[in-house]
Amino acid sequence: MTTAYQPSQLQQERIAYRRRQTVLSAVVAAASTAVIGVLAAVAITGAPGWARVRRSFLDPAIALDALPDILHGLWLNVQLLFFCAIGALLVGLAIALLRTLRAPVFFPLRALAALYTYLLRGAPLLIVLYLLTFGVPGLRLKGTPPLLVLGGLALVIVYAAYLAEVFRAGIESVHPSQRAAARSLGLTYRQTMRHVVLPQAIRRVTPPMLNDLVALQKDVGLISLAGPIDAIRAAQIQTAETYNYTPYVVAGVLFVLLAIPLIAVTDWVTLRSARRQSAEAAL
Amino acid sequence: MNVLSCRALRKVFRGNVVLHDLDLEVAEHEVVVLIGASGSGKSTLLRCVNLLETVDDGTIHLDGEHITSPGVNPDRVRQRIGMVFQAFNLFPHLTVLDNVTLAPRRVHRQPRRDAEAAAMRLLDRVGLADKAREYPDRLSGGQQQRVAIVRALANSPRLILLDEVTSALDPELVGEVLSLIRELRADGTTMLIATHEMSFAREVADRVCFLDQGRILEQGTPQQVLGAPQQPRTQQFLERIIAAGRLP
Repeated sequence: MTTAYQPSQLQQERIAYRRRQTVLSAVVAAASTAVIGVLAAVAITGAPGWARVRRSFLDPAIALDALPDILHGLWLNVQLLFFCAIGALLVGLAIALLRTLRAPVFFPLRALAALYTYLLRGAPLLIVLYLLTFGVPGLRLKGTPPLLVLGGLALVIVYAAYLAEVFRAGIESVHPSQRAAARSLGLTYRQTMRHVVLPQAIRRVTPPMLNDLVALQKDVGLISLAGPIDAIRAAQIQTAETYNYTPYVVAGVLFVLLAIPLIAVTDWVTLRSARRQSAEAAL
Repeated sequence: MNVLSCRALRKVFRGNVVLHDLDLEVAEHEVVVLIGASGSGKSTLLRCVNLLETVDDGTIHLDGEHITSPGVNPDRVRQRIGMVFQAFNLFPHLTVLDNVTLAPRRVHRQPRRDAEAAAMRLLDRVGLADKAREYPDRLSGGQQQRVAIVRALANSPRLILLDEVTSALDPELVGEVLSLIRELRADGTTMLIATHEMSFAREVADRVCFLDQGRILEQGTPQQVLGAPQQPRTQQFLERIIAAGRLP
């Protein structure tokens, strides 16, 4: 019969030492946080203009008053985010696939796709937005889509350029031996892409892909510059009525709250894929 | 008629001649083993046969069909040739069962139920039926390589190419893969094998070919080539293998 495991004297000392270290570092962290927090609070509330800033940026009554309109506008941002995200993901994936085609027949498509990613990653979103929402209606063509659609399109084509590069990096990160194995089984190029390369590629680039979507959710607010009344536009209107900036702060806080779930998911997925990759490396 | 027939094959990588006017025949039910130092062209030859590389001259015939002629659809050819790789190359995002049924379902358009039933029979034969729902990273190297062999078999190929299939395995796992190949031989499977396992080559080969600098320098029965090599380069190669303790 074996006796129950009893840590040696040395191991017990190690455990006690580690415990003391843990308590010590927690105390240090708490203390330094408290000091910095107090310093920041004193510096801001003690500033000469603090009373005025508090009145014009943090007025609870105005915030409560502005909230319904801003929330109403935020719903537009949410809808826009939903459709733009789907559009940008699909267009981005299509561009990435075009860029990976190797046959000479596809040279023009490949070149166009490359040009697209170069131009639209370089062009400021604001300018693309203005060109589409002010320039296109200016042509006075029949059947010009509404401003909202044009604005959404600007977001889609800019973000698709970023996402295309993310997807392409993923596709190229799948080891050539995986393609060789798939092709050796008689799968065609398309079947290999669809069943072997893309599933692995997309899993690998999910963290940067979600990161781009977090950025998109924030940039969706730029549509306000083209006219549609989203959360930011609603805040602007309220600000113009009250000569008080509190509505902007309300809109800002709402945007952050909206982003938190997506950011949390991104972090979780990133952590999970980092774990999986270290598990792969251990093999 | 021979299952495989290579004539005057030539393959050049960036000015480096890897295959040199190489002739090779593999008859039905024959097991041909390629031996030779690293870089002698064994893997390149296998990849050329499977059309994963394009040849720079010469011809390859599979069951009498010229497969290196310009109009041939390589996907149709590869459906008839199974290949097993040194690093297994299982698809990590698919279960063992999905790895095995991918080609039957997508290439041969078998219904999922039929493909899975056939795959389960094969997995059962190699003792891996209980692993069917696992992902490859949960399997040992030997188990992964056996799955890779089953995946190649699921296409019912005319010819199986095995490229150093035990080189990435821990020594204690080599045996289970080799005994599976022995079973395939007993079933009459036509195989072209590149290997460093000389004792296995001696046991399983109908014919051993010694490759040196892209040429088949010497070929014959295992007794001839491994027991009484005629060419000085073959003798040298085998002496080094014996010195390394790889051939008793």
